[in-house]
Amino acid sequence: MSAEVSVRPAGPGIGSRFVGMLGRSRELTLGGVIVLLCAVVSFQAPHFLSISNLSQVTTLAAIIAIAAVGESLVVMTKNIDLSVESTIGLVAFVVADILRQKALPGPAAWAAGIGLGLVLGMANGAIITLFRVPSLVATLGTLSIFRGLDFFVAGGHEVNLADLPPGYSDAATQSFFGVPLFVILAIIVVVVAALVMRLTPFGRQVYAVGSNAEAALIIGIRSRLVIFLAFAVCGLLAGVAGVLWGMEFGTIYATSATNVSLQVIAAAVVGGVAIAGGAGTVVGAAVGALFLGLINNALLLLQMPQELLQVIYGAVILVAVSADALIQRRERRLTAQGAIR
Amino acid sequence: MTATPSFAPPASPEPVTPSMPPRIELRGISKRFGATAALTDVSMDLRAGEIHALVGENGAGKSTLVKILAGVHAPDSGTILLDGVVTHIGDPAAARAHRVAVVHQEPRLFPDLSVAENVFLADPPKGRFGEISWREMRRAAARLFEQLDVRLDVGAPVRGLSMADQQLIEIAKALSVDARVLILDEPTASLSAHEVERLFAIVRRTRDRGVAVLFVSHRLDEVFRLSDRATVFRDGRHVITEATRNLTTADLVRHMVGRSVTLFPKADVAVGEVLLEVRGLTRAGEFSDVSFTVRSGEILGLAGLVGAGRTEIARVLFGISHPTAGEVLLDGRPVHFGTPSAALRAGIAYVPEDRHQDGLVLDFSISDNITLPILARLFPRLFVRAATERGLAQGYTERLRVRMTGVDQLAQALSGGNQQKVVIAKWLATSPRVLILDEPTRGVDIGAKVEVHRIVSDLAASGLGIILISSDLPEVLAMSDRILVLHEGRVTAEIARSDATEERVMFAATGQVGASGDAGPGLPPFAAMARPAASSEATDVR
Amino acid sequence: MTGAPVPGSGAAAGEAARPEATRPEAARPVSVRRPLLQRASGLLRWETLLLVVLALLVVEGTRLSKFFLTGPNFANLVSAVMEVAIVALPMTLIIITGEIDLSVESMIGLSGAIVGSLWAAGIPIEVGIVVVLIVGALGGLFNGLLVTRLGLPSLVVTLGTLALYRGFAQVILGPTAISSFPAGFTAFGFGNIPGTTIPWTLIVFSVLSVVFLLVTHRTWIGRQVFAVGKNKDAARYSGVRVGTLKTALFVVTGMIAALAGVILAARFSSARADNGTGLTLVVVTIVLLGGVDINGGKGTIAGVILAVFTLSVLQNELRLAGVSSEYQGVAVGLLLIGSVTAPYLARQARSYSDRARRGRQPPAGSVERGEVV
Repeated sequence: MSAEVSVRPAGPGIGSRFVGMLGRSRELTLGGVIVLLCAVVSFQAPHFLSISNLSQVTTLAAIIAIAAVGESLVVMTKNIDLSVESTIGLVAFVVADILRQKALPGPAAWAAGIGLGLVLGMANGAIITLFRVPSLVATLGTLSIFRGLDFFVAGGHEVNLADLPPGYSDAATQSFFGVPLFVILAIIVVVVAALVMRLTPFGRQVYAVGSNAEAALIIGIRSRLVIFLAFAVCGLLAGVAGVLWGMEFGTIYATSATNVSLQVIAAAVVGGVAIAGGAGTVVGAAVGALFLGLINNALLLLQMPQELLQVIYGAVILVAVSADALIQRRERRLTAQGAIR
Repeated sequence: MTATPSFAPPASPEPVTPSMPPRIELRGISKRFGATAALTDVSMDLRAGEIHALVGENGAGKSTLVKILAGVHAPDSGTILLDGVVTHIGDPAAARAHRVAVVHQEPRLFPDLSVAENVFLADPPKGRFGEISWREMRRAAARLFEQLDVRLDVGAPVRGLSMADQQLIEIAKALSVDARVLILDEPTASLSAHEVERLFAIVRRTRDRGVAVLFVSHRLDEVFRLSDRATVFRDGRHVITEATRNLTTADLVRHMVGRSVTLFPKADVAVGEVLLEVRGLTRAGEFSDVSFTVRSGEILGLAGLVGAGRTEIARVLFGISHPTAGEVLLDGRPVHFGTPSAALRAGIAYVPEDRHQDGLVLDFSISDNITLPILARLFPRLFVRAATERGLAQGYTERLRVRMTGVDQLAQALSGGNQQKVVIAKWLATSPRVLILDEPTRGVDIGAKVEVHRIVSDLAASGLGIILISSDLPEVLAMSDRILVLHEGRVTAEIARSDATEERVMFAATGQVGASGDAGPGLPPFAAMARPAASSEATDVR
Repeated sequence: MTGAPVPGSGAAAGEAARPEATRPEAARPVSVRRPLLQRASGLLRWETLLLVVLALLVVEGTRLSKFFLTGPNFANLVSAVMEVAIVALPMTLIIITGEIDLSVESMIGLSGAIVGSLWAAGIPIEVGIVVVLIVGALGGLFNGLLVTRLGLPSLVVTLGTLALYRGFAQVILGPTAISSFPAGFTAFGFGNIPGTTIPWTLIVFSVLSVVFLLVTHRTWIGRQVFAVGKNKDAARYSGVRVGTLKTALFVVTGMIAALAGVILAARFSSARADNGTGLTLVVVTIVLLGGVDINGGKGTIAGVILAVFTLSVLQNELRLAGVSSEYQGVAVGLLLIGSVTAPYLARQARSYSDRARRGRQPPAGSVERGEVV
């Protein structure tokens, strides 16, 4: 004979449940906003939805998306990586330089670039986990150090597209069945990452460490290893992004990819990856990158000042984080009122 | 024995025979924390297929025992035997490996992860390629909850779930490792009557499957309804273990409480006008409809068990949190404190429960700590004069007889009792009119305890209104002019000094008021304590 | 009720048997010397180390160039860091309370942009400076409110305003640079007090240093800042208005960053949207190099002042040694990480040797906060 089956106590009404659901599926909300944005912009600038424009936008967004996937992992563990832009710049330059000097064939050069990204990511991870330097401080430092390495390798020169193997940067405009190559690559990265996050113990541990570091330790999760790996992967994916960056932009300077960190972090944050850790998805980060890329493009096509871009990045971060905080506050209040006394 | 997680209940419960060794046996367990002996030479056993209640006052050692079994602490001496085998539970993971599952008072869950994942995080069900099988996880979780006869959305994130539901998740976690020992620490503290019923059904079914259940509780009625045997701890020692049917409420209370301590005889003070009045004060989820007054020269004791809501009331009075209903009047005028600094300025002072965390800046010197609340008042022209500070601190520390090397000594170097005196000194320096003390002598040795009592008595004599929150019954009885007893956020009794006995307070604190009828002032405490009537559910008491 | 003891006399019944030990010893006169020495010995660690490093660097500097200790070089060396130096002062207090402000470099750029465009529009510089200080205060207020009212982590708030304020600067100036500033303005930013080799901006820094030294270490505002940094809850329960304090610190930081932006624009005689890029790193490095604990609760203004000069001497020497400015960034980055790693390693080494000396395990199972049994 069983006791009364209990249904959960009556919660908030339909309206606030809807908002709660939206809050929970950032990806859907963002998707909706993107559709809205496309509709609105295409009214003013029909060229917005043309194949050629969309190809270009999504190609650029793909590069950011790949880096944002890596950054998401780090942020989910309640850390941050400010140095991704320097990794991207350095890898782009090194790969371009290798190709210019014809030191290695294409694919080998790319592998070297990605490997370099991995090494840089591991350096970050080591500083943070071994020496207990807070990730903000550590990556603020490596942001500068890696960029310095970039200057060192560059030695005051840039790598001109002209010096690279012919057709090199054609890859950036390649597409299969209308879908740009880079976008396909990004989709592959996102899918693989999403599978790892969803189906492997490592992925779940990333969430656990960010959600409740104490409880994670009690369960026996090796938090430091998890964090180290998150930074390593972030570096690896920044390396991939760097290789693609080189193909996209052709001519690489020592200052290439400056300010990209902010774009990457903004993409992750707007895509639902909470700065407080433990929440968000890599898919969301990728959608966030797409969103920001579309806004960038919209500004261009609507002939609004490009300078607004930084303002938008900043506003996007602030709004996303504030909204998250307000939603959480509401939920906490509702829980307290629902508690029985 | 390593954990072999099973995701379905065993086909039939393990047969329990009398010749089997007890599931858990503790022999001579002792544990000290610094100067305090939390457990002394405790021996008891827990049998498979029984529900065993562990009862005792605050500070009796119950939660230390639970933590030892959970692998959080290691005993200083003594042995633990699991099914007759000497075992060392080194850490929580080891406890889990030994299939000892503990449901702590406060759930330790991952708020961003789903219910199902929280249940299985430590060892998720895997698919063919070693990948995590979410479908299996959801199914297994659903099955577990079905076993518990609970409908819970296993895919929803834990954040936002009620305390009761979170606790159920912890229980499901325990079941998922096919625990052979299930320990529940104050499980019903935040549950409604309905949820308690649900929990009891689950616990009984678990027992029937052969699991040994240890259930720590303050609620004596639950002890009688649920347990087969009960053990009483007092002051870190084992007092008695007996089959529940052979005990009465009065017996339990007597075992929990019996003690003799030199009490500090409080001075007789003429009580003045009302300083503070509280009417219908409510804070959703913490306490409701609390009303009382505090007069000048009076010490109002707030008694009750952990979780009764006393500290929560103090926090509202001091502006740390805000009430959802009711009012507070100071000198007859309604007040609303948005922050502690506002309460401070109005003349209310609060000595918090946790002096390390909330009461002192351990890294500051004694004098820096003492002057912290009154800095602006003391130095209206911004600049701090060391001589003034030290002089002030010197004065208070002398008056309170703080043992220190000097007012520049760091607070962290002091003993618990002296730290507490510094906290009190700090608040005295604000010239309060109402002083709220929250467990002022917790973790303080006898000598300092008596001193603190002297100080409090003197303060009352000098015209302060004092609210004394304490779980130490003798202290409350010795010091209070009136005792307000709280149980689960409600006032269950208001007892005048002359009528106060430990038993009366204890009864009210465990929500017993009404079970025995309100004993009039002339009735001896043990009179007419009948065993609670057998409830309608025949399966209750074995 | 037992016989009524005289309140306050302590001669109550229960106390007759009180052991001797609880009676306090006759209060020894609190010697003023000892606490000073105690406090000084704490100071001795980091600041002395820094002083030694600074001395070594100066020696190395004289080896690098015979012009090192000359007036003009000194003026050079100092004026190059005055912007970050003045921002490091309030940043110290922010970090001591456990927060951070990444947006300072953008406020520097924004204030330069505002002053520049106002000037270009014909508004006198003085007015422009006042406007900019107000803007700085508002920017800081925005940061502060998001952190204290919404409870958002300052890291992410100031990351957002880092972008936002930079964006505003870009919107105001676009790609143009204002460079036709009045001579007096430029002289202030770049020049020295006539007849000396003391830069004007050093005066500004000195005045602010004195103010911050006094406020942080001699007033109760500073005391509250440390209290919040060491134990936010205890401070709050002691009546410290934590939210107001933190917001005020952000406001001050914003204003001083705005001032720094004016100085930067004056020194370069140019206001561009990207003025100040990369300076947040330098400011944080100076503060951490100065011995301020990144986790809050510890630090001295004196240490930060020493760090300012240490960094400026270091940068000057790197320049003299032919290291280009791009690599200076590397040096700063390494210095930043080193400032946090070195104390950590030192602590590890110390505790390791402590444990080895004591020869036994630390007691198992420490008391958890607030727990008795």
